[in-house]
Amino acid sequence: MLRNTKDGYGLVAIVLHWTLAVLVIGQIGLGLAMLRVADKRLSFDLIQWHKSIGLLILALFVLRLAWRLANPQPAPEASLKRWEKTASAAVHRLLYALLLALPLSGWALVSASVLGIPTLVFGLFLLPHLPVEVSEAGEAFWRSTHHLLAFAAILLIAGHILAALRHRILLRDHVLQRMLRPVGARKRERT
Amino acid sequence: MLQRMAIIAAFLLLALPLRAQAPSLADAAGRYVLTPQGSRLSFSVPAAGGRAIRGRFVRFAGRIDIPADNIERARVIITIFPESVATGERRVDNFLKSNAVFDVAHEHEITFRSTAVHRTGAATATVEGSLTARGHTFRETFRVRLAEFGRGRARFHVEGRVLRSRYGMDVGTPLYSNVVDFDMDLAARRG
Ligand code: HEM
Ligand code: HEM
Repeated sequence: MLRNTKDGYGLVAIVLHWTLAVLVIGQIGLGLAMLRVADKRLSFDLIQWHKSIGLLILALFVLRLAWRLANPQPAPEASLKRWEKTASAAVHRLLYALLLALPLSGWALVSASVLGIPTLVFGLFLLPHLPVEVSEAGEAFWRSTHHLLAFAAILLIAGHILAALRHRILLRDHVLQRMLRPVGARKRERT
Repeated sequence: MLQRMAIIAAFLLLALPLRAQAPSLADAAGRYVLTPQGSRLSFSVPAAGGRAIRGRFVRFAGRIDIPADNIERARVIITIFPESVATGERRVDNFLKSNAVFDVAHEHEITFRSTAVHRTGAATATVEGSLTARGHTFRETFRVRLAEFGRGRARFHVEGRVLRSRYGMDVGTPLYSNVVDFDMDLAARRG
């Protein structure tokens, strides 16, 4: 099934989850690498890719949020304890918040920069700058915000992945499978 | 009083023809060396919808020989030291000096040697020559105008456009234009 039901995630939610998961993990790796490579030529090109991919993530996040609001939210796996339900719901909300805040803070950092470097998204169109104050101080503020959010994302995602693995390997429940097979397909298989 | 006015009138008469007449290349025949005072080697790289990069080379050396009998046999040799590039923004300077652009760790000089001079007016000429940067040599043409001349000193105004991609400096195209606009004042004294 394409849509979510009370029992589980539909195909669209699953595809969006994994597309964003790959993009976000790649984006973090790219962000860390691009500031550390010795080759400044490569570094410049990687930063341009980082800006484009970040905006793609923002666009997909908007789609994903709209889809989530337009669909029933699957009830948590029945086997989960109270604290596990609370913790996972909190982490998911924080992850959604980061998917919005990370690209916006990156966009703000680029917009506040006194260097005024344009962003040509995937070489296709010019991204306007956000209306933020252009100054050394403004740029420094948005840079530390972006870095801080990125490191918060690394911790949360690590926790999120470890939790998924715990369910798969230690608890052997269906939490990970829910995000792998659309809800209708699983039912059909069972019968 | 009358005497004073006569002196002033005489001065004006003397000054008038000097002011009306632009300096002529023919008068400026001689051997010159470039001097830092009065010189300004400025360039700019336009950006797509953003702020152009404007900078200059602070250190350079050069000679200009203009034979009295034939101006078209004039010769120009200029050496620019790219580690002296200055844009007023430290991060941009460091980027320009890095391997992304001038690679000053390995490349210490940019040189221009004229190969042909064509006179286009009393005070103007085009100078063709080979420009060498980062191990690449191409023919480039600059428009030159003798802007000031007198007492063994001359100032030449020089304009030209150079395609940076040919010299292995295509980083950031098309975000930043491939065309570098040079707008230079070369001050020289006989010597
Ligand atoms: C989900 C999206 C994003 C993630 C996960 C992310 C992650 C990161 C990371 C990990 C860094 C390196 C931080 C460090 O090494 O301290 C970084 C730097 C950077 N990001 Fe992002 N980013 C995202 C979106 C964006 C967007 C949309 C833009 C711009 C349009 C952007 C612009 C930048 C810039 C310019 C830097 C370099 C800052 C500096 O010079 O220190 N980012 N990002
Ligand atoms: C290998 C990496 C990942 C694995 C194994 C994984 C696994 C899962 C699983 C099993 C669920 C379903 C949880 C449930 O049913 O309650 C889930 C949901 C979620 N994941 Fe991931 N995930 C990964 C990466 C990511 C990344 C990188 C992000 C963030 C960008 C992310 C964001 C989310 C969000 C926001 C939800 C909640 C979806 C919703 O209920 O609307 N995941 N993930």
